[in-house]
Amino acid sequence: MSGDRLQRPARIDAQGWAWRHGSRARPAVEGLDLVIEPGERVLLLGPSGSGKSTILHGLAGVLGDDEEGEATGRLLIDGADASAARGRTGLVLQDPDAQLVMARVADDVAFGLENLGVPRPEIGPRVRAALAAVGLDLAPDRSTAALSGGQRQRLALAGVIAMRPGVLLLDEPTANLDPEGVLEVRDAVARVVRETGATLVVVEHRVPIWLPVVDRVVVLGRDGGVIADGPADVVLQRRASELRAAGVWLPGDEAAVMPAAVTPAAVTSRADGVPAAEPALLRARGLAVARVPGRPVRTDLDVDLHEASLLAVTGPNGAGKSTLALTMAGLLRPEGGSLEASARLADGAAGEPWRWKSRQLLTRIGTVFQNPEHQFLAGSVRAELEVGPRALRLRPAEIRDRVEPLLEALRLAPLAGANPFTLSGGEKRRLSVATALATRPRVLVLDEPTFGQDAVTWRELVRLMRELRDTGAGIIAVTHDDAFVRALADARFALGHPVGASSEIRV
Amino acid sequence: MSIAEVRPGLPLAHVNPVAKMAATVPLSVALLLTLDPVSAGVAILCEVVLFTAVGLGPLLWSARTLPVWIAAPLTGISMVLYGAPSGEVYFDAGVIHVTEGSVAIGLATMARVIAIALPAVVLFLTIDPTDLADGLAQTLRLPARFVLGGLAALRLAGTSIDDWRTISLARRARGVADRAWLRRGLGQAFALLVLAVRRASTLATAMEARGFGAPGVRTWARQARFGRTEWVVIMGGCLVAAISVAAAVAAGSWNLVWS
Repeated sequence: MSGDRLQRPARIDAQGWAWRHGSRARPAVEGLDLVIEPGERVLLLGPSGSGKSTILHGLAGVLGDDEEGEATGRLLIDGADASAARGRTGLVLQDPDAQLVMARVADDVAFGLENLGVPRPEIGPRVRAALAAVGLDLAPDRSTAALSGGQRQRLALAGVIAMRPGVLLLDEPTANLDPEGVLEVRDAVARVVRETGATLVVVEHRVPIWLPVVDRVVVLGRDGGVIADGPADVVLQRRASELRAAGVWLPGDEAAVMPAAVTPAAVTSRADGVPAAEPALLRARGLAVARVPGRPVRTDLDVDLHEASLLAVTGPNGAGKSTLALTMAGLLRPEGGSLEASARLADGAAGEPWRWKSRQLLTRIGTVFQNPEHQFLAGSVRAELEVGPRALRLRPAEIRDRVEPLLEALRLAPLAGANPFTLSGGEKRRLSVATALATRPRVLVLDEPTFGQDAVTWRELVRLMRELRDTGAGIIAVTHDDAFVRALADARFALGHPVGASSEIRV
Repeated sequence: MSIAEVRPGLPLAHVNPVAKMAATVPLSVALLLTLDPVSAGVAILCEVVLFTAVGLGPLLWSARTLPVWIAAPLTGISMVLYGAPSGEVYFDAGVIHVTEGSVAIGLATMARVIAIALPAVVLFLTIDPTDLADGLAQTLRLPARFVLGGLAALRLAGTSIDDWRTISLARRARGVADRAWLRRGLGQAFALLVLAVRRASTLATAMEARGFGAPGVRTWARQARFGRTEWVVIMGGCLVAAISVAAAVAAGSWNLVWS
């Protein structure tokens, strides 16, 4: 294997290609005909369920053998079967945590080279070149566990480009990153394709981010075929309404989200910081918060959450935003200071929120975690929604009266029997929010509710939170999403970099 | 917050892990052959002297070796209470006999557990998982798939600790954390398992995409050396075993367990 052959951009050719997962009746992709010329930079769009990821996995040759599914037609890289072309393609996945293999930075980049059988003397220089290409200036023996999301994704990218693939395949590489990380990764990709000339196929909802990098847009239909294909600006203009309906973010969409008319009631409860007649639902004074007892990440925080208002908690990674939110949610014990619930919120529950029983929290403070999978408890969507009401020992009729409207309102009714783990990212998010709403808490705490969500789910979340707030609930949202803050926040609590950050904190 | 944390800078950290594991074998074999307090006592003495000499003293007396100091007396006590009775009887109640002989056996057992477990634990704490994988694959020629699969699993084990913490909080938020601890723990363990399987399959895909398991010869970026230092470490282990056996034979307490 000479370096020259490896670096030549590859040609992709799908001829009537279809793939059906072993456990499913319907194919994930059907009748795909697509040619991508060497060096082209393609953005692959389509509604969820159109098989975008399956195509990338197929091109990367990791769909597995006949036991895992059934392929028909042909999927070729430079005229050879994609499953035999490993090393010619490089795949970067969405989850920054799940694709690091080794414990140290340089070892992780070297992993692919070792698998390809690259001689040891060549590995060192190629690792250094790959790290430089993605702009990671880190010690080679730096622990990969101590990297930020953006750094991890760039490391994954470095691991891939060190192998000098002819095609870069990126499967929503920036969906789980904060805005800073998104730009880091996007710019690293742009630099790499400019320098290597490699063919690029990227799947991503957020078109404005990737528009400067790609020159062609391919849109897949719901059943997997190509419905639009051509230069980026032309396709985006002609297919704008279809794409929006499919949840794709188009240029200008984020700015177009304007705050709704605010109801007078909501204004009085929070006008220019003057305390409203009602005491704050939650009142933190000199609060110190810690994820691990004895190791506070922030101290001396004063925060108020008022009725009928949304408090946005913002700040860089590692600033302690989630820890603060989970503490105010009564899930973590404060390390110091006080957290008082108003009499109305406490409703008879004694002491600070962390002392309340798990069941008492249900009607008082609901929490939606960043990763919905951490919260799933049941085998079906309907059963998942019933968990809370059941814990409250509601009568079956009452449970039904709460669950059915939620299923309808959040478009989960057709999925009522599905296992929560099999849902798409947007569906999981809607379900996790719905489970919290099912017990009608007076306070709702959300950790990065809009992370990785397509535009349709995003708009639904905004609408839902607005309605909830207008019924008088207090909402705390940890978020990096400026559009979300602009659309909804009544107050913002910005955490800076912690002073005297310990080495535990991801930088 | 990971089991696979890099532990640089410890003495012996750069020594091939295979050599460190091999060094503990002779003494373990010798001490399993005999049941006498002299060999074990001398071995412990040698270990303390050696570890202190190479600069592992702080680790030796740190909280991380605590399990050894707890487990050893417990094993000893059970031998005191239930070991084969002989000699003068101090205490007798049903199946429990505390006799002159069982106390001697108990002490000898305790010393043996310490003598065998202490070096294993201390040496293992100086081993970086990546180095271990390199050693197993390159020095012992174990299959790369197996070794690297194990290494990846170890890294995920670290993530699972964080997952466990988050799942506990998430369940409290869902209103189901008031149950008895056993039922709660079982449910949570199952949830953790589901998450771990999902993570593992993603990682497997990522590894495969980077050519893991591809046909052809794999190379190694880091060379697992096996040179003079490694042999010196193994010799050290043999020496401790030899001294212990010699001392026991000289003292006349050497007794093969089956004789």
